[in-house]
Amino acid sequence: MTDTTVMDEPGALRRYARMLWADKFALCAAIFLLVVLLMALFGPALIGDLATKQNLRGRNAPPFDLSRGWVWVMGADALGRPLLARIIVAAQNTVLIAAGAVLGSAIIGTTLGLVAGYAGRRTGEVIMRLADIIMSFPSLLLAVVVLYILGPSVANLVIVLAITRIPVYLRTTRAEVLEIRERMFVQAAQVMGAPSRRILFRHILPVVVPTLVTIATLDFAFVMLAESSLSFLGIGIQPPEITWGLMIAQGKQYLANAWWLSFWPGLAIILTTLSLNLLSNWLRIALDPVQRWRLEMRGRKND
Amino acid sequence: MLTFLRKRAVGSLISLIGLVVLVFFLSRLTGDPTALFLPVDATVEMREQFRALHGLNDPLLVQFGHYVRDLLHLDFGDSLRKARPAIEVVTEAFAWTLQLALITMSIVTILAIIIGALAAWRGGLFDRVASILSLIGASAPDFWVAIVGIVIFSVSLGWLPTSGTGTVWHWILPVAVLFIRPFGLIVQVVRGAMMTALSSAYVKTARAKGVRARPIIFVHALRNAMLPVITVIGDQAAALLNGAVVIETIFGFPGVGKLMIDSILQRDFNVVMAAIMVTALAIFLMNVLIDIAYALLDPRIRH
Amino acid sequence: MTEHLLQVEGLSVEFHTAAGTVKAVQNVSFHLDRGETLAILGESGSGKSVSASAIMNLIDMPPGRITSGRIRFDGQDLLALSDEQRRRINGRRIAMIFQDPLSHLNPVYPVGWQIAEAMTTHGTAGSDARAETLRLLTRVGIPEPQAALRKYPHQFSGGQRQRLMIAMALAMKPDVLIADEPTTALDVTVQAEVLSLLEELQAETGMGVLIITHDLGVVAEIADRVVVMNAGEVVETGTAAQVYANPAHPYTKKLIGAAPGKGVMHDPLPPVQPVLSVRDLRKSYGGFTALDGISFDLMPGETMAVVGESGSGKSTLARILLRLDQADGGQALWQGRDLLTMPPRELFALRRDLQMVFQDPTQSLNPRMTVFQLVSEAWVIHPDILPRPRWKARVAELLAQVGLKPEHAARYPHQFSGGQRQRIAIARALALEPKLIVCDEAVSALDVSVQAQVIDLLDRLRREMGIAFIFIAHDLPVVRDFADHVMVMQKGRVVEQGSVRQIFDAARQPYTQALLAAGLDPDPAVQAARRQARLALVLQPIGILRRNDPPSLRSP
Repeated sequence: MTDTTVMDEPGALRRYARMLWADKFALCAAIFLLVVLLMALFGPALIGDLATKQNLRGRNAPPFDLSRGWVWVMGADALGRPLLARIIVAAQNTVLIAAGAVLGSAIIGTTLGLVAGYAGRRTGEVIMRLADIIMSFPSLLLAVVVLYILGPSVANLVIVLAITRIPVYLRTTRAEVLEIRERMFVQAAQVMGAPSRRILFRHILPVVVPTLVTIATLDFAFVMLAESSLSFLGIGIQPPEITWGLMIAQGKQYLANAWWLSFWPGLAIILTTLSLNLLSNWLRIALDPVQRWRLEMRGRKND
Repeated sequence: MLTFLRKRAVGSLISLIGLVVLVFFLSRLTGDPTALFLPVDATVEMREQFRALHGLNDPLLVQFGHYVRDLLHLDFGDSLRKARPAIEVVTEAFAWTLQLALITMSIVTILAIIIGALAAWRGGLFDRVASILSLIGASAPDFWVAIVGIVIFSVSLGWLPTSGTGTVWHWILPVAVLFIRPFGLIVQVVRGAMMTALSSAYVKTARAKGVRARPIIFVHALRNAMLPVITVIGDQAAALLNGAVVIETIFGFPGVGKLMIDSILQRDFNVVMAAIMVTALAIFLMNVLIDIAYALLDPRIRH
Repeated sequence: MTEHLLQVEGLSVEFHTAAGTVKAVQNVSFHLDRGETLAILGESGSGKSVSASAIMNLIDMPPGRITSGRIRFDGQDLLALSDEQRRRINGRRIAMIFQDPLSHLNPVYPVGWQIAEAMTTHGTAGSDARAETLRLLTRVGIPEPQAALRKYPHQFSGGQRQRLMIAMALAMKPDVLIADEPTTALDVTVQAEVLSLLEELQAETGMGVLIITHDLGVVAEIADRVVVMNAGEVVETGTAAQVYANPAHPYTKKLIGAAPGKGVMHDPLPPVQPVLSVRDLRKSYGGFTALDGISFDLMPGETMAVVGESGSGKSTLARILLRLDQADGGQALWQGRDLLTMPPRELFALRRDLQMVFQDPTQSLNPRMTVFQLVSEAWVIHPDILPRPRWKARVAELLAQVGLKPEHAARYPHQFSGGQRQRIAIARALALEPKLIVCDEAVSALDVSVQAQVIDLLDRLRREMGIAFIFIAHDLPVVRDFADHVMVMQKGRVVEQGSVRQIFDAARQPYTQALLAAGLDPDPAVQAARRQARLALVLQPIGILRRNDPPSLRSP
């Protein structure tokens, strides 16, 4: 192998854009998620009024009727509120709760996992048993009990969902740390005299992070489903706050004559979780420097 | 092999004990237990009587001792709503959930392994269709699928009953809905594990020996690929044993999940406790089974 | 033209990858006759394994594609046959054994079943197959063959696993045996045993053997003829002796020139105050004794080679000296201070003096750090060595010193070849300006020609900077060229130590002699003589070479 093998790599942003372009499924997923994110950020401010104003003449208005304007394209709910507008507004709570829970559980779980993997055997065992207890406690039940006591609010919902997801990150991080700490490059750092802090955060964590990002993406979908289940059971978000899960629950009683009330928010959930799954699959490859050449169609010739 | 099992069983047992402690303190430390155990409209006398009867005025440790003693006798007290021993109510419901979980997981396991294995081996269109379908399955909110299913098959077509357990027809919708998510997840894991196994060195050896395609897939590769798959099967089965709360509620299925929700809403805490302990015990036993399966499949664990 | 047993004509194979089409094998031709041993010699990426995979129909298509050529076997073109027809030939007429038998045996089935399957899959009755399996295990020298039938691959040693692979391959008495690097990961003495076994079995069955190797010594030991491959093409063909004596192609010349073990041995250094002096070092893991009273002295600027087979404790020694592991007893005085009991603060300062280069640079370099970050990490940890503004210049200087370019600093390790990566690892060690570098099998994962370059680099550093080396290796010829002093270890003990001349020219201990005799010389003429010496040693009653009972059963 000659020096020509060592070639310039493009900037990180361009490189990920190019890899995303190479996987059309992931590209569509990313675009869709971007739309959801924009809806969540600006939806309530832009069309909040439209989504809450009752309109008795438009009760359960059927979909695909454009005569009243584009927000009515999905029909209207039992109080005559346009469904499309409500879905856009509901995106905020839905995304906020999932993001909060994922972020919270990921940070706590990863920290505990790092400690469990790198500290002594005993500390590790204790932390792992804690994770097992959380895992063996029916998560939906935990949510029900806690929300029943604390009262259902966005913040409480986030806390409950975060607690139930901590073990996922904890176990993954610990398993990876246990494996990575035996790798040669960690030993090489030890030989140079690197302190534990540096070894953990400079050598071990960066290797774990891509896996965690991949899992977090997947978990975002899981938490969204859990939140909608709770809202569906009536112990999650309470009206007039609204999420997609709650919209399905509200539409349930009109199933026989107005199927669209539950159908559209359900579709929104499916498309979002599907996109997250697709993106997670893409991330798994894109974040791995050994695998990512699969996505880089053009570029280095002699790797 | 026995030492391996003993180690794993002891680990799970510790988690089980931790769960007992957690449940106890969750019920005592969230304020006045009578608020939790008695209806909202209970009088002061009723509360005092309840305290005296259940020894709630004793020191916490004494209470805990009594609690553990009763637990060992599987004595959770009577259901406050049904005037029967709580454990009886729970085991009855659990039997239904167990049946539902067994039927669903058997179908899921068999189909997911066959389809996942074939997707990995055949590649091409079959693989792509299987991958997309399993991704959608893993992304779908089950309660939404359930109500859409009811609309189509019960309300519109009138083929299937909406709730109950009377005939085979009653089981089709709940099983079909519960099938979707675990199936999607397990197909993906089987496919990934089979890809790894089929590109492994020992499969190359088998091809060099002239072994036919079918034994290569189902004898050489599959047994190795089953190891990660078993973990996921265990997780999914545990989720079902915890009671598919939402699905049981929607279909009016008298399982342990519906029982838990109902009991919480009715403040029948004895039943809730019994339900948590019974399901936790069931999950503990299932984990032991999973560990035995591991040891049977992989001689490296046995020795 | 007479019909050969196996004849490959104009074979070309290409692979489609994201980076474009790779022509792995181009217009390759060779042939093999009954009872003959043909070696395909080449370094990694030469396409030698791809040609063998093509014969066995083991190339995954896609991404692979055979673009031209014929593989004639027994009067028919294999490439024109259906998959089912080729399956019937695989294992029955043409069999194959691989490098790394552990991963090539199925971990979850008993070995008896796996060997029997090679027969039942071609129609042998189950009971016959089981009886034959037992006979084969006995023949290839597996101890307690009856019990071995029900054992799993992980319960055998590396050499035994390769014997199991051989038993499996020979189950149907094939006409051709393809051996892909069959002895690469094995200890030298085990390598010699496995090669002898192959030769014996070839003499019994008259099969043609196609051996794929990167090792000139293996060619010298076993091959009648040799095909040299480079970058997917055959560059030279001839008898083993002829190619070694008169290589025609520049690549062959380079390969033979790079083979270690022919340089001038170092003269012993004049005795001075030792920089490191180790006394009675002990370490055991559970019931296993890894180090059992190791003592030695190392002079400043001296290179001491530690030689031994797997399980000899040589890597444990390195780990303990670098405090990656705790010793159970003994002392190691570094400039008069015992480094085994040093408090953390003092140990931290000592890290600057003692550095290590690991076996596999792919694993010893953090894949997510750039070369600049890798090399400059030393100064992040020890900030008093160099002020930050001078880092860039110093990294460039170090890279130049190990033969890389300054602009490589921004790259990641995976963008480099194996040899280049090991240079980065060396630059990283040099950043601390150490007085001693411990090399744990630092060149054994590299191709021969790259190996020679890295050794040259280390030798230059030693001369220019006066760095002492502890050079842990299993490869004797490399040691011969590079070391001043040699320590031979076996089962955690020092068997013999002395100057490089003493060990290589006048070894006193039988184990050292056996080790030297088992090593393979690239020169077929020398190797023939050495084989005589080895056979003579085997006849001695000590039985060092044969740890298993020598099998005596002949084929019925």
